[in-house]
Amino acid sequence: MINQRKPVRIGDVVFNTFNFVFMATLMIVTLYPFLNTLAISFNNGVDTLRGGIYLWPREFSLQNYKAIFIGGNVFHAFLVSVERTVLSTLANLFLTTMLSFTLSRKEYVFRKPITIIFVLTMYFNAGIIPNYFLIKNLHLLNSFWVYVLPSMIAAFNMIVIRTFIIGIPESFVESARIDGAGDFRIFMQVIFPLCKPVLATIALFVAVGAWNTWFDTFLYCSSKQNLSTLQYELMKLLSSTQNFNSNPALAAGVGANSQTADTMVTSLSIRAAITIVAAVPIIVVYPFLQRYFVVGLNVGGVKE
Amino acid sequence: MANNVTALADNKLQGKKMTGHKITWNTLVKQKQLIFMSVPMLIYILIFSYVPIWGWLMAFQNYKPAKGFFEQKWVGLQNFKYLFKDDNFIRDFRNTISMSFINLILSYVTAIVLALLLNEIKNIFFKRTVQTISYLPHFLSWVIVTGIVATCLSTEGGIVNIVLVKLGIINSPINWLSEGKYFWGIVGATNVWKELGWNTIIYLGAITAIDPALYEAAGLDGAGRFKKMWHVTLPGIKATFVVLLIMSIGHVMEAGFEIQYLLGKGPVLDWSETIDIYVIKYGINQFNYSLATAAGIFKSVIAIIMLFLANNVAKRLGEERLI
Repeated sequence: MINQRKPVRIGDVVFNTFNFVFMATLMIVTLYPFLNTLAISFNNGVDTLRGGIYLWPREFSLQNYKAIFIGGNVFHAFLVSVERTVLSTLANLFLTTMLSFTLSRKEYVFRKPITIIFVLTMYFNAGIIPNYFLIKNLHLLNSFWVYVLPSMIAAFNMIVIRTFIIGIPESFVESARIDGAGDFRIFMQVIFPLCKPVLATIALFVAVGAWNTWFDTFLYCSSKQNLSTLQYELMKLLSSTQNFNSNPALAAGVGANSQTADTMVTSLSIRAAITIVAAVPIIVVYPFLQRYFVVGLNVGGVKE
Repeated sequence: MANNVTALADNKLQGKKMTGHKITWNTLVKQKQLIFMSVPMLIYILIFSYVPIWGWLMAFQNYKPAKGFFEQKWVGLQNFKYLFKDDNFIRDFRNTISMSFINLILSYVTAIVLALLLNEIKNIFFKRTVQTISYLPHFLSWVIVTGIVATCLSTEGGIVNIVLVKLGIINSPINWLSEGKYFWGIVGATNVWKELGWNTIIYLGAITAIDPALYEAAGLDGAGRFKKMWHVTLPGIKATFVVLLIMSIGHVMEAGFEIQYLLGKGPVLDWSETIDIYVIKYGINQFNYSLATAAGIFKSVIAIIMLFLANNVAKRLGEERLI
């Protein structure tokens, strides 16, 4: 082995150069589609059809965004999306943390059975049709609450939070107990505030999930326009544009009120604008939560 | 009083096990706050995750929504027999398995390679930047990603066609989304694009946990960069790799849903339709609930069998296990 050892300077330079070029390419490939979509969304719709829009709009126009936001279904859908995301996140954070706290208490008699019942749900799912019937029987079809109620606690999040709580020194709980606090007060006043870092991660997971889904709208609320969500509007637009060729006539129906503005927009540019509207909240929140989620994910990797 | 009786019954059960905490009336009273804080959630999960399993019985009936559950006609395994004779179902099964395996292999190979390469970057700022950008697509919805893919692949100014034509790889733009033979590849590539950065996180975590002394020792033995990767880094992340592999084998019937549903149009249907879409088509669109449920059960059963198999193999190999 020893005689194979040599100063690999040239090799290092080649490798590092290759590595740099590779990473740079990766970043370009990841970012270009967004920037392109952004440019299209700010470009005049008819002009876009001529092609050749890359990173910068050629004929700057706010028509596409106006078409979405003025009086159209899309703006209402945006509000519904915001509402469901906020409610889901709050419900998840509070309920999952409370459950995790009880399941982190070693003395709790039902700790084992409840944990197992929750963990099992990570590995099976009754399926689309049985779930549909459940929702139907609970009279949640075409109701806003179908966005919040069925997904208030996720087993994976429970494990992540519980692992975090177990890591909190027991002395916090003990001193509170000596001061006469019951379990609920210990949770509310001691544990819950201490969980902030892990809750940032969970909030990110839950909020992104709630914001991004359209399947429940499609399955449970598709006949009620006022319960439509932003992603569902985008999905309808995507699946209606046959073969993704731009079709001005279609866009008129999708975008907005039937004003003359519609002659200026095409489904391609409307789609770009909705994509941006749907992506922006995530891109805005993401840098703030980024430092948390790596931690959270590694905690989640620790198994029982 | 009723509580008391349950407590006694539980007590009896628990009494046999020496390990469990004894459930006595006293402990229950003492822990009443913990119980109030967790039992409602237990009931909740039973309703939303366990009760619907009851619906699996529909697969053995000829379910008609107009009738009550117990007035339905029981048909035994007829729905399953129909499934296995249905060419569309066989085709969808093939598509599901194939796309899922393509995704599985591509995502593992690319994630490990990227993690190894990222680990070689010494400039922290550059490394952070690459990571931040590469995680981003993970947080975008499939609807957005599908829209982006459609734009990039379009024949009218889609960047993929432009680049390939410029590089001389193809002569004229290809209509990627209308030919079945490209579909699996497009799904695989899109998956890599979306999840690559995210998938590296866990490996990077595992790599940082490797004892630096191992690298020093390997260096003293004359190992170069690639030898260190091969003999130190890769064995160091093996356990992580196996656990993740087992988890994903349990998801072998999940080929993804949205990209196939949104991009699978007309000509590519033969290559794009998966079991999930089959379920939607029959169950939601055509109200054939029994057949759709049978297809769903088939999917779940395969997934569970695969999970146990993988778990067993891991046990034999002496690796960490999931259950």
